[in-house]
Order: sequence, then C-alpha cells, then structure tokens
Amino acid sequence: MISKEEYKQLVKKHSGSSPKPKDFIISFISGGIICIIGQAIYNALLSLDIKEDYVRSAVPSILIFLAALLTGIGVYDKIAKHCGAGTLIPITGFSNAVTSSAIEFKNEGFILGVGDNIFKIAGPVILYGTSASIIYGFIYYIVKTIGG
Amino acid sequence: MAKRIGKHTFLTENKPSFIGYGSVVGKKEHLGPMGKEFDLYSDDMRFGEKTYEKAESKLQETALKVALKKAKLTSNDIDMVFAGDLLNQCIGSTFGLKNYNIPYVGVYGACSTMGLSLALASMLVDSGAIEIAAAVTSSHFCSAERQYRFPLEYGSQRTPTSQWTVTAGGASIIKKADNLPYINAVTIGKIKDLGVKDANNMGAAMAPAAYSTIKSFLLDTNTAPDDYDLIFTGDLGKTGSEIMYELFLRDGIDIRFHHSDCGLMMFNKEKQDVHSGGSGCGCSAAILNSYIMNRFRDNTFKNILFVPTGALLSPTSTLQSESIPSIAHLINIKI
Repeated sequence: MISKEEYKQLVKKHSGSSPKPKDFIISFISGGIICIIGQAIYNALLSLDIKEDYVRSAVPSILIFLAALLTGIGVYDKIAKHCGAGTLIPITGFSNAVTSSAIEFKNEGFILGVGDNIFKIAGPVILYGTSASIIYGFIYYIVKTIGG
Repeated sequence: MAKRIGKHTFLTENKPSFIGYGSVVGKKEHLGPMGKEFDLYSDDMRFGEKTYEKAESKLQETALKVALKKAKLTSNDIDMVFAGDLLNQCIGSTFGLKNYNIPYVGVYGACSTMGLSLALASMLVDSGAIEIAAAVTSSHFCSAERQYRFPLEYGSQRTPTSQWTVTAGGASIIKKADNLPYINAVTIGKIKDLGVKDANNMGAAMAPAAYSTIKSFLLDTNTAPDDYDLIFTGDLGKTGSEIMYELFLRDGIDIRFHHSDCGLMMFNKEKQDVHSGGSGCGCSAAILNSYIMNRFRDNTFKNILFVPTGALLSPTSTLQSESIPSIAHLINIKI
C-alpha cells in the first residue's frame, strides 16, 4: 500500500486549486463596488443636509440592512459565490453571516435555535475584533500618556 | 447460507434478489442527466415538510413506499429494514420509517450506507433467517449542509474538489427469487485513512477505501475488472476517481474503462456547478435503485460491482483537525 507521504503528493497532483488571480481580481472589483455604493449613499445623505455625524452611522446601517435583505430573499449567497472575499470582507459580509444563521436556526426555536446560533459564524469576529480593539486602545493610551 | 471466499468476500447461495426498488430525488437531481430514471421528484426542497430533516425522512418513507408498490407488497410483509443516513443519530431513517412498523436495524456507513445495508440484508435473506428485507437510505443537500458546513444563505465559495450533497432517497427490497438481478457476492470494506484532512476533498479521502475493497474482491474471486460490465463507485467524484485510477495503475490494473462514479453520473458537473461531483448516501442509492436496476431490466447489464464509498468524519473530528477515515463496501449484482 502507498505511504501517507506518497499519497499526499498523489492527492496534490489531482486536486485542482482555486483560480487565485481570477478570484483576487473579482473580489477586488466587487469589494470596491460595495465601497462605491457606500460612498454614494454617504454623498446622497450629506446632500440632504443631514449632519455628518449621523451620516457616518447611517451608511453602515443601510449597507447592513441591504445585505440582510439580500440574504433574506436568497440572493446574497448567489452573488458571494462569485465575489468571494469581495462580499465577505465589507460590513455586508458580516451582516450576511448573522442573518443567514438567524434564518437557518429558526426551526430550532427562537431561544435555543436563533438565540444560540445567530453568532455561529460572526461570533469569532465579534470576540477577536472586540479583544483586538481593547488591546489597541490600551496601547494607544500608554503611548499617548508617555508621549504626552 | 453465504459462503466466505478468500479473505473478505461472501458468496451467496440462494440468489437474494431485488424484487422491488424505488428512488425519489430533488429538483436539481431531476434536472441532471439521470433525471428520467428516477421514480419520483419534487420541486419543493422541503417535500411539503416543515424542516429539511423531516424532508429527508420523507425521502426514505417515499422511496420505501415506491419499492413496496413495485414488489407488490405491504410493510407487513417485510421482516426487517436496514437503514441509515448522514444526520446525527440517523434521524432521517428513524423518523422516516417509524410509521411502517417493521423491525428496524439502524446502520451508519456515511455515504456507503446503501452498500452496508444491502450487504446485511442480502446475507440474512440468503441464510434463510429472514424472508424479505428492505434496505433504505437518503441524503438531503440542505440538512447535510446545515450539519457539516455553513447556513444555506451564507455567502461562501466552494473549492474545486468539493462535492454537492445529493438530495435523494433509495430503497431496495430483497428476497430469494429467480430471473431477477440478485446479489451474488458481498465484500465488507476496511477503514482506510491515508491522512487526508480536507473535508472539502472527500473524494481524495475515500479513494484508498474504494481501491482497497475492489482489490480485495478481485483477489478473493480471482477476477479482473473486464469480467464486469461496469464498476460503480458511490461518490468519489472527479478528483477521487482519478486518484483511484492511479492507485490501480500502480498495480498494473487499468479500470478506467470499466468504471463509473454515481457522483459523476448524477449531475452535469459544469452546467450544474457541482465542482467535483455529487455525494451523499442518497447519491449511490438513487442511481442503484433507478438507472442500474433499469439497465438490468433491459438486459444492458449482466454483472456489475456496486461500491458505495463513505467518509467517516464528523463536524467535531474536522474541527479537531483529524484526518478522514473512509470505507467502501462492495456488492456484486448479477442476473
């Protein structure tokens, strides 16, 4: 029988890899389009004489809503299949992760189904994102205190 | 009584035959190249049920119903049913078959379940311990996806080696008979693990199991691949099939022209965007209980090997970075 090491080479030979350059280009463009949409909403809200502070919170909220809506009507995953990281990295990807989990576990009930699983995918981002920002804030505070 | 030949193979003596068979599939499978072969299909992924798990149970319930009808039997005539699926604790089978009131044996062989249940059913029928047995299995894209991967609406990309879980149920009814396709021999596979850890490359994980079981059978029976009309593996997909060819070529055996993979037959790989092919217990079960049986009926096939393959992993073992042990069971069907 073939050794594990030899088999590894055999598997590698027959397992095609993802088309990386194509994936990179598509995700760059699609991620960029989402940012342009965000900027367009930003400009539109500003032109309506809304305070810039409010606009800054309104833009991500609107993008989150749109991604949740597209997830709910079953479109987001079809776009994401082609766009990869382009739709995953912006805030819309986060919205999709939470909404899709919420829809998925509805049958298990609202408390132990949705409640328990809504952050199944987004959970690590929340945990480590929050932790990282606390550490960053701490370092920032020290540097600022020492630096005066 | 089944007689052991060679090291791992059992030869039957009393022709345990397929007196009934049924297959039920989902929409995507119906639209695939095998679409016309299946008994029933539904455009509704929930098959009229509230959850995907119940939908999978419905697949088993309906497949058995169709098989019983073809065999002109009722559930009271069945002495024992062997069934299994991919869901935790095999709820696809238990919930699907609970209303039939048939003595039930739950089996788990991952996607090789149809082979395992048929092996047990045929040996017990052959021995005379029971007169009529049923073997049933299923898989459902949505219930498998929920258990093994991400929520359905989550936007992710699949790797080229990943496979698409088939939504299908298959059932066979086995009884001693003449002039019908019968199970001539059975080889129970050994667990093989060559260290593949990528749960998105199950074809590669399972190829050594298929190779090992087929090789054992050929040695035990002193036959060669061209003694058979075709050798059907369960769901090796494109990647797994190519790896298996190479494993055989190292022994100087070329099985390429005697091999088909149910996972590759189920879908149009490019048009239906299923990457390496179909997978799941229901994949080989539905192809066996439709296309393969139909070809025996119109005399295209006389002697085939049916070798469903199973990846014996769980979501927990994958998270714990364990490799994927795999298995394949072989059923030699003749007429």
